[in-house]
Amino acid sequence: MSLSFQVVVCGSVVPDPLQTLEPVMTPAGPALKNELMLPVWFDPWAGHALYEAAHLAKQHPGSKVTLVSLGPKAKLQQVLMTIGQKVPFEFAALDGPAGGFTEPAETAGALAEAIAALPGLDRSRLLVFGGWESAARGAGVTLQTIAEKLGIEDVFLGVDELKVLPDGGLEIAERIEGGRHQVSRCAGPPAVLGWATGNLPEPKNNPQVGMMNMRAVMPALQKARPVKLPGEGLTFTAVNVPKQLRQTRIVKDAPVDEIAAEIVEWIRK
Amino acid sequence: METILVLAHTELDGSLAPTALEALGAAKTLQAALPDAKLMIGLAGERVGDAAKAVAASGAARVLGVSGPDFAVSRYATDAAAAEALTRSAGATLVLAAGTARMLRCLPGVAARLGGRADTHVTSLSVADGKVFVSRWYYRQRMEGTLTRAQRPWFIVVDPGSQPAWSGAPGPVAVEEVAVTLTDSARRTTVTGVRQVAADAQTIRPDAELLFVAGAGWTKKQADGQTHVPEAETLIRDFLRLTRASLGSSKSLVDLGGEGQAVLSFLSHLNQIGQTGATPRHPKGLSTCCHGEEPHTVGWRFIGERRAISLDPNCGWARGKADVLYVADAFAVLRKVNELLARG
Ligand SMILES: Cc1cc2nc3c(=O)[nH]c(=O)nc-3n(C[C@H](O)[C@H](O)[C@H](O)COP(=O)(O)OP(=O)(O)OC[C@H]3O[C@@H](n4cnc5c(N)ncnc54)[C@H](O)[C@@H]3O)c2cc1C
Repeated sequence: MSLSFQVVVCGSVVPDPLQTLEPVMTPAGPALKNELMLPVWFDPWAGHALYEAAHLAKQHPGSKVTLVSLGPKAKLQQVLMTIGQKVPFEFAALDGPAGGFTEPAETAGALAEAIAALPGLDRSRLLVFGGWESAARGAGVTLQTIAEKLGIEDVFLGVDELKVLPDGGLEIAERIEGGRHQVSRCAGPPAVLGWATGNLPEPKNNPQVGMMNMRAVMPALQKARPVKLPGEGLTFTAVNVPKQLRQTRIVKDAPVDEIAAEIVEWIRK
Repeated sequence: METILVLAHTELDGSLAPTALEALGAAKTLQAALPDAKLMIGLAGERVGDAAKAVAASGAARVLGVSGPDFAVSRYATDAAAAEALTRSAGATLVLAAGTARMLRCLPGVAARLGGRADTHVTSLSVADGKVFVSRWYYRQRMEGTLTRAQRPWFIVVDPGSQPAWSGAPGPVAVEEVAVTLTDSARRTTVTGVRQVAADAQTIRPDAELLFVAGAGWTKKQADGQTHVPEAETLIRDFLRLTRASLGSSKSLVDLGGEGQAVLSFLSHLNQIGQTGATPRHPKGLSTCCHGEEPHTVGWRFIGERRAISLDPNCGWARGKADVLYVADAFAVLRKVNELLARG
């Protein structure tokens, strides 16, 4: 039986993790200081979802991958220059905020609408992918909300592995407590999968793929519909960076025996 | 007036996990601070009777249950249906649950279904002027925000280990069974099993006193110009066996595996700590051969006392990220530590 999938991957930008982030309060709620100046990355777990989607599409000819992103247009364009060189995909964009203090229910509402409006959407082949949590909100709320809006009843979170079975079923391994995986079998699409790290290394940049993607990316960015996320009913009273500096005692030039004894005493305390 | 519902799933043996009692502990504190608030408990699982007895002394006005073989396993469609029915039946405005993999997967969807909102990874709750506030972390544990919401039901999923557990004597209790009608589509997914390494090879131990982190330095060329990966492997294994510590890793070390380099055979991405890894809770942490860069140390947010062994006196740990940094060869130190531990 030849199987093909329509894989929609949801993912957007997050600040470069090496940057120092400072919260500020604005009339519209909290934000990051100089948020629009910060260098950004493609959200890492969503990145794994995208690589897994491309891998799946490659194994099942006739499959299609569409990246759907809600983020500030200019920032999306920046990250697409790099992520767009990794794997082939089609692209649909929504121009709006992608920061950590946005409301995931509203983000999900906008994304679900964009997915439902994709031309030629075929639910019987539809897999919606994304990262299981963003590196911004870290909530793990968006994908289930999308599933509810699209009426999809099979949702998996913390996915590290997806296998397509000969009968068209899906075998999925999800992270559970204690460093274990739960393995489930789903009858087939439609399904929503929130990916953890998966099993694939980051693909090498391929300028040819980049050029092909850019032909679709630029017009999609130009067409990006502006989206407002008002954060209705949500009030932040404070956002603080914790006092994180400890008084580090640096032990240098001490004999190994002394260090070892001190560590053992500390472990046993 | 708020109606607080504590939602929990029962374990395969019918008991309640300690994390569920932490959610109940948080709910009791909330109830005490909210005059007139009602407390209810909603249990789902194959059987709920024993779990209900265990919370008999909690003072809950009603204990509701959804039970049956369909609810034994962790599956989105049936877990969401059970949580939806329990929330509706209780008329809950605030729903508290522990952040287990099972609850984290289904509750955000249930919130969407009921027109409510969900906050996950909540680490503290408070009440001021009759309003409930929750705190949680943003940008991978870099900053903590406190917020309140107008929407109800509001699902508050608390991080395991962040709340004091409720305890009380078991007793008889009447469970109100809530009926859930499932369509066939809710059974499109079947759970076929749990994949885990053999118990003695399991290096992730959430309940351990100590987190032991291995960094990429263990696989790098040492003073003699050679790598010593097999010895590193033995030293780390022995240390874990002697201390029952949980094993964490830096990203660089787990990524080496994907690049085909010699690495520690018992490590996987599940061990990774940090920005794109885990943020475990342990009273103590010992980092070895790891540079302590910010994307790694954000995963140490909930580690109490922190010590590190690195050859580099200017590594991240030296800059206020550890309580003690030993500038030393981790091979030599761990060899000696293991010897002392083995002596007892
Ligand atoms: C988007 C993004 C996400 C990331 N997410 C994560 C994440 O989740 N987790 C994570 O860990 N990193 C993450 N990183 C990577 C992070 O920035 C660092 O590159 C990584 O943590 C470095 O790992 P390391 O300290 O083990 O290795 P290295 O930087 O190679 O450091 C090795 C250390 O070992 C020491 N050493 C060597 N030999 C010995 C010896 N014999 N005794 C004692 N010390 C010795 C060296 O002095 C050095 O300090 C991320 C980066 C990015 C860009």
